[in-house]
Amino acid sequence: MREVDRRSKYDRRVFLKGAATAVPAVAIATSAGLSVSDAWADDATTLAPATLKTLVKVARDIYPHDFLGDSYYIAAIKLWDGKAAKDPAVKSLISDGVTQLDKAANERHKVPYAQVPWETERVVLLQQIEQTPFFQKVRGDLVVSLYNQKEVWPKFGYEGSSAEHGGYIKRGFADIDWLPKA
Amino acid sequence: MARFDLNDGGVVVIVGSGAGGGTLGNELAQKGVKVVILEAGSRIEMQDFVNDEWESFTQLAWSDMRTTSGSWRVAKDFPNLPAWIVKAVGGSTTHWAGASLRFDEHEFRVKSTYGDIAGANLLDWPITLAEMEPWYAKAEDKMGVTRTNGIAGLPGNNNFKVMEAGAKKLGYKSVHTGNMAINSEPRDGRGACQQIGFCFQGCKSGAKWSTLYTEIPRGEATGNLEVRPNSMVIKIEHDASGKVTGVVYADESGAMQRQKARVVAVAGNSIESPRLLLNSASNMFPNGLANSSGQVGRNYMRHMTGSVYAAFEKSVHMYRGTTMAGIIKDESKNDPKRGFVGGYEMETLSIGVPFMAAFLNPGAWGRSFTSAMESYPRMAGMWLVGEDMPQESNRITLDAKAKDKFGMPVASVHFDDHPNDVAMRNHAYKQGAAVYEAVGATVTYPTPPYPSTHNLGTNRMSEKPKDGVVNKFGQTHDVKNLFISDGSQFTSGAACNPTLTIVSLAIRQADHIAGAMQRKEI
Repeated sequence: MREVDRRSKYDRRVFLKGAATAVPAVAIATSAGLSVSDAWADDATTLAPATLKTLVKVARDIYPHDFLGDSYYIAAIKLWDGKAAKDPAVKSLISDGVTQLDKAANERHKVPYAQVPWETERVVLLQQIEQTPFFQKVRGDLVVSLYNQKEVWPKFGYEGSSAEHGGYIKRGFADIDWLPKA
Repeated sequence: MARFDLNDGGVVVIVGSGAGGGTLGNELAQKGVKVVILEAGSRIEMQDFVNDEWESFTQLAWSDMRTTSGSWRVAKDFPNLPAWIVKAVGGSTTHWAGASLRFDEHEFRVKSTYGDIAGANLLDWPITLAEMEPWYAKAEDKMGVTRTNGIAGLPGNNNFKVMEAGAKKLGYKSVHTGNMAINSEPRDGRGACQQIGFCFQGCKSGAKWSTLYTEIPRGEATGNLEVRPNSMVIKIEHDASGKVTGVVYADESGAMQRQKARVVAVAGNSIESPRLLLNSASNMFPNGLANSSGQVGRNYMRHMTGSVYAAFEKSVHMYRGTTMAGIIKDESKNDPKRGFVGGYEMETLSIGVPFMAAFLNPGAWGRSFTSAMESYPRMAGMWLVGEDMPQESNRITLDAKAKDKFGMPVASVHFDDHPNDVAMRNHAYKQGAAVYEAVGATVTYPTPPYPSTHNLGTNRMSEKPKDGVVNKFGQTHDVKNLFISDGSQFTSGAACNPTLTIVSLAIRQADHIAGAMQRKEI
């Protein structure tokens, strides 16, 4: 069977430019082959850098994929800075939601959300706010903004657009080789 | 290409250009009848389709505001998206999967076959399979359905091979790559399937039949058909005698236009078609046009649906190749011993990573969800589609508050599963999982229904005017020059995908309309 190369086939700089123009700091960090620095959130215009960093943790806890580095979660949540800039209601929904989450974390664990050490403990905090507009907005947007990044698709073994490659008629549409004989 | 005057009262106006409207338009044009098709959406040609689920959804889907109520899960997960259908020239034939199955004989006689079922508003169709057979044959030839007219079946893809192997282990007998309106070999000016795998996003090779690039250009070539895209019909008008005289529609610029007509045929799919009749209420027809029975908008059916995805130890890559070229037919019979009446089909289905994230278990999050997502390349998938019970209380009404940009009330869709639907779905989930477990699935995911792709029954056919909206030719009981030409005519839903029956009815209806016009009956 033809397996999918899980390494990204996309040029990362091009990808970040196209899909998330608001993250130049990430683009620089990743294109240089470095790990994501803490500086990526500093150019946010509306949401506080600390708020964005907490959102990255929240995003990973909602959809934890250990094979995805932070840059994908950053690209997914960074869009909220722009949405918050356009709509004060979004700004307060996100800012207040993160404040409340930190408050709950401090009450239970004496540290803000992002510093609660175990995922299972953070998940308990998220479960307590599962029905809130804040959580539902974050999850509802994230399920698109994370999984609709073309760059993550190969990591899930998904090849995306195929027509320009002539479809799969010569690229393994029927190459399964492990089934019992019918 | 024809251009007809707004004041030309000799034309047939068709609302919608999909399986019903697009086919009817071409068939009438071929017979020399002048036709204006008013299509709410844009004209998006084959080369502009995109192999990208969300981008394509934005390009093609009907996303105008609708509201929902009822106990179905779609109302909770997608409250403003009850249906996943298309707003574009070609209608939902741009994104349909291509499955083209005939009804069984008993599926036209559901009241006689199933008897009285509490809560179900069952009624026999005023037509039989024997009457429909010649029209089914014409439709299969027109659409190039595989395993008919000597056309070979499509080759099975990986997803099919998994389903087939499991089905055989379970002892199922009727298992093949389907009756598909997708060319397995070049035919009728269209090429063979390239196994692209984005059937739902518009076929970029044209192997799949769609009115967009078959019926519509052929009709236009006669000089008798004009298609006006971006034209949203908001009201059908009538004269003092109760005959319809034309329609009012918003053109591309949003300006209101009035197109006169000799005959109006409504084919806007089963949510918009009753909405248009209800929004066309007048002093003479206070409950909506053609609604003396009170049945307009009622008996909304969406098929019993669900999906089963299964993860295996090794790769499947289900997304490669034709999306729905695979079927198990053994459960489509009516066998009440299973605990429900009617039957269901099991058909291969795959969706990409973006849609899998949205639809596998809407609202779910955390490790169990991401574990399922990470099994994506090792997944096989099937869609379950079966007959659901028509219920009077499942209905399209006009929303009391929400209005569209033209000030017209939007459609509100109410749906509750009937106990028969629930029993059938549970059976189908169990059998679907068993198919995959038979060939080593490590986990199976019974996946809830998506927003409705098969919307049926809201202007149903009936022998007697008190029981339904239209007669056996789709002509409304109340207004003789007003027709319904889409799946809203269906008296019952049957187990199978509806498009072949919609197309067959449209060919038959064209024959009837042209004859009646010639005889000056309308």
